Amino acid sequence: MSYWHTYGPAGDPITKLGWGLGIVSIVVTVVIAVMLLGGLFRRRTKRAPDDAQLAVSREGGGMGWIYVGVGVSTVILIICMGWTLVTSASVSHPPSTPALTVQVTASQWWWSLRYTSDDMSRTFITANEIHIPVGQPVRFELASVDVIHSFWVPQLGGKMDVIPGQTNVTWLQADKPGVYRGQCAVFCGAEHALMALEVIADTPRDFRAWQDDQLRETPISSSATVRAGQKVFQAHCAACHTIRGSDAAGIVGPDLTHLMSRRTLAAGLFPNTQGNLAGWIAAPQGLKPGAQMPDHLVSGTDLTAVLGYLNTLQ
Amino acid sequence: MSEVETFRAPIIARASDRSPSSQILKSNWEGAGGVAGWLSSVDHKEIGKRYLVTAFLFLIIGGLEAAVMRAQLAQPNEHLLTPEQYNQLFTMHGVTMIFLYALPVLSGFSNYLWPLLLGSRDMAFPRLNALSYWVFLFAGIFLYVSFPLGKAPDDGWFNYVPYASRAYNPGPNIDVYALGMVLLGISTTVGSINFIVTLLRMRAPGMSINRVPILIWGTLTASVGNLFAVPAVSLAFFMLWMDRQFGTHFFDVSAGGQPLLWQHLFWMFGHPWVYAIVLPAMGIVSDGLPTFCRRPLVGYTPVALATVATMALGFGVWVHHMFATGLPVIAMSYFSAASMIIVIPSSVAVFSWVATIWTGRPVFTSAFLFFVGFVILFVIGGVSGFMTAAVPVDLQLTHTYFVVAHLHYVIIGINVFPVVGGIFYWFPKITGRLMNEALGKWSFWVMFIGFNVGFFPMHILGIAGMPRRIYTYPEYLGWGPLNLIVTLGSYLFAIGVLLFFLNVFVSLKRGKRAGDNPWDAASLEWSTSSPPPVYNFAVIPTVASRYPLWEGRLNQSDDDRSSMQEGFLLDKGRETMGTTSLDAEPDVILKMPPDAYSPLVLALALAVLFIGALLHSWWLLGASLVVILLASTSWLWPQRSLSQIET
Repeated sequence: MSYWHTYGPAGDPITKLGWGLGIVSIVVTVVIAVMLLGGLFRRRTKRAPDDAQLAVSREGGGMGWIYVGVGVSTVILIICMGWTLVTSASVSHPPSTPALTVQVTASQWWWSLRYTSDDMSRTFITANEIHIPVGQPVRFELASVDVIHSFWVPQLGGKMDVIPGQTNVTWLQADKPGVYRGQCAVFCGAEHALMALEVIADTPRDFRAWQDDQLRETPISSSATVRAGQKVFQAHCAACHTIRGSDAAGIVGPDLTHLMSRRTLAAGLFPNTQGNLAGWIAAPQGLKPGAQMPDHLVSGTDLTAVLGYLNTLQ
Repeated sequence: MSEVETFRAPIIARASDRSPSSQILKSNWEGAGGVAGWLSSVDHKEIGKRYLVTAFLFLIIGGLEAAVMRAQLAQPNEHLLTPEQYNQLFTMHGVTMIFLYALPVLSGFSNYLWPLLLGSRDMAFPRLNALSYWVFLFAGIFLYVSFPLGKAPDDGWFNYVPYASRAYNPGPNIDVYALGMVLLGISTTVGSINFIVTLLRMRAPGMSINRVPILIWGTLTASVGNLFAVPAVSLAFFMLWMDRQFGTHFFDVSAGGQPLLWQHLFWMFGHPWVYAIVLPAMGIVSDGLPTFCRRPLVGYTPVALATVATMALGFGVWVHHMFATGLPVIAMSYFSAASMIIVIPSSVAVFSWVATIWTGRPVFTSAFLFFVGFVILFVIGGVSGFMTAAVPVDLQLTHTYFVVAHLHYVIIGINVFPVVGGIFYWFPKITGRLMNEALGKWSFWVMFIGFNVGFFPMHILGIAGMPRRIYTYPEYLGWGPLNLIVTLGSYLFAIGVLLFFLNVFVSLKRGKRAGDNPWDAASLEWSTSSPPPVYNFAVIPTVASRYPLWEGRLNQSDDDRSSMQEGFLLDKGRETMGTTSLDAEPDVILKMPPDAYSPLVLALALAVLFIGALLHSWWLLGASLVVILLASTSWLWPQRSLSQIET
């Protein structure tokens, strides 16, 4: 999450400006501290405070400090303002027209992602894990279904609030393949702390492969145990979750069509392991109190069955 | 009195607190005593002390809330608090510190000091002053009514919609906050009006507008600012309450309402409020620091003008709280530039303080240490504000711990440090006893070191990506060690604050006797006894310079001297001198009202009105309206004996 260093043109100019203003700030603080210390010990008096003698015999004087101090501050300020405006302009638009638009829909407390395409057959929905191709600007359209959230992937760029009733637009670009963590930044309720996401920057080839994978619908399994798991899923989970290619078409919770391709669960809460997944299905309220997903009273056999089914969602 | 007096040539006399005339003044001004006297008092000194004590109690409550939060955040994945408990705590911490401590504590100083600084015997509207205190107290209690039920406000102090709307927050939490803030707004508004009129009307003869202490400029500016800012937030909270309870749609997205409308209204208030809670505190330093530097403040006029300029600019910067909301870049550039321009008046003040120290002969008292500590914290809080004023940088910094660090440097650095210094400075005037200097220096160093250890690392946490208002965080992000340091540092800071309170309690009983002017300070309040008599001044002083008690040592001409011993006697009842607005020439004799229960009754009825509204108890609401009407009528009933007298 640390943005001392950033990895793309949406963030880099900000990082440079941030360092610049930070250094100016530190220098200003040190210079004033030194002047203050100098003033303190230059003519420090140990005499009693009720000593009748004043340090000066007339009221004026010392104005040079204000003239010079404010003058120098103003010059520095104007330079910084100019630099700020230039940076503002440079990060407000991507260097080239983004080829890819991702519609991000935030809700308490996870992210739904819709990859759009002019070709409707290449449009798909996933959740909490954003893949982008390296070296290309990606446009994000941000919407909220409930309260205000903020979309923030610090190592790639600044944040943009996600506000119900309006669609904010931002862009990001990663110049280096890797995983960049993001997190909701505007307080949005009980689990604001646990509303993370990941941006994974793939090489264009890997990205294309990922896209193709995501477009696949789940095949109907021939295995009886998987089918049993699917039945449990349909009974307990399908009202909220979609699995394309099955009857499950709920839209309240994340689309789980390719659940097993994701690195984390429950909006970045923990790694996607069998144990975590089982724990999450059995008792989400213990792990993320207040989350929309209720504790289902599934039996051990049902849990095993549903895990078996989810494991096929590669 | 058979005939109403409309004209009198006031007697000019020489008198002190030991003169027979002062016995008359004492009997004129003294209240009933006992519980009855306490409840009906309109004495500005009494009200000022109540404000100070109440504000410090809220400081302790807010501090305890912070202490619990810091325990929760000390390590990753702590389970001390549930998310909902944490959210209520951080909300109430902010609400308490910002609304129930930071401004009221300054109102305490100003209420106590204004008439003494201005050479008057009371504020312009003593009963309004009492009302302002009682409403503040009841609003503070009101804001806490749902806390024991676990239903305290829980959407942060800026209370963004739609999370604050009924759909997402169905409990009473937000209704308490909304109504409590409207109630508190009444207190702030009447208090502000009182300060403004007092400044325009109550200055001692000769105290022209360019001779008032900087604290007066600070509180005046804050009061004018509040008059313009508070209506925005009262309106916003009222609209929110209507949305929640009566189905209006101001902020309801599904019916075309606007979440951003809330943010605009809130920050149009919120940012000027920040200046309202720092400018009077900066005034405390601008007045106190010169005393210990043994010289007048460098650049009185630029500092006074900078105070006003800061507030004026402060009304044009609110959007810098909203840089990430998707507003057009060109609009944000304007607000960014306006925010940065505030560096200029701020640097006027900083260089004035530095120059005052540099060209003075500093005496290292506890009060002085707090004032100097303040200067450096002011600079740190200022430059971090300058960084967040830059739109692109703010897109990273906003909503993170960097902002938490910044706002604590502002509120603790620029409010708490001057306030504590101000208590050390004026404690002998208020109580007649000096505070313990050795303990005072200990408390300074513990507070100063604890504060910086506790709050500086928050800047780094912010840059390490830690968002604010999260109740927990995973270990692998590496925020743990710094958070532990923050917790330990803030506990150290709390120990420093406790040492300060300990000092207050010990010194109240055992402090050295102070005398009238223990610091050899220059302003009028130090010409009175310590503590000042109930009537403040045996005669209304006449002022001929900015530093009446330093005259003769600064080379003014001899024929132009302030006079503290000889002046208008005004001993026919509660009287003080009304003067003209700019030049402070004697104008009329003002008759001041006697002690009264009407402010208390009115405030109580207002509180009940709001409780009625909260509970939807319309009969309670109606009954309290009747009481409000009766109390206001009794209050405002024309009394000939209170009409001003031409001179």
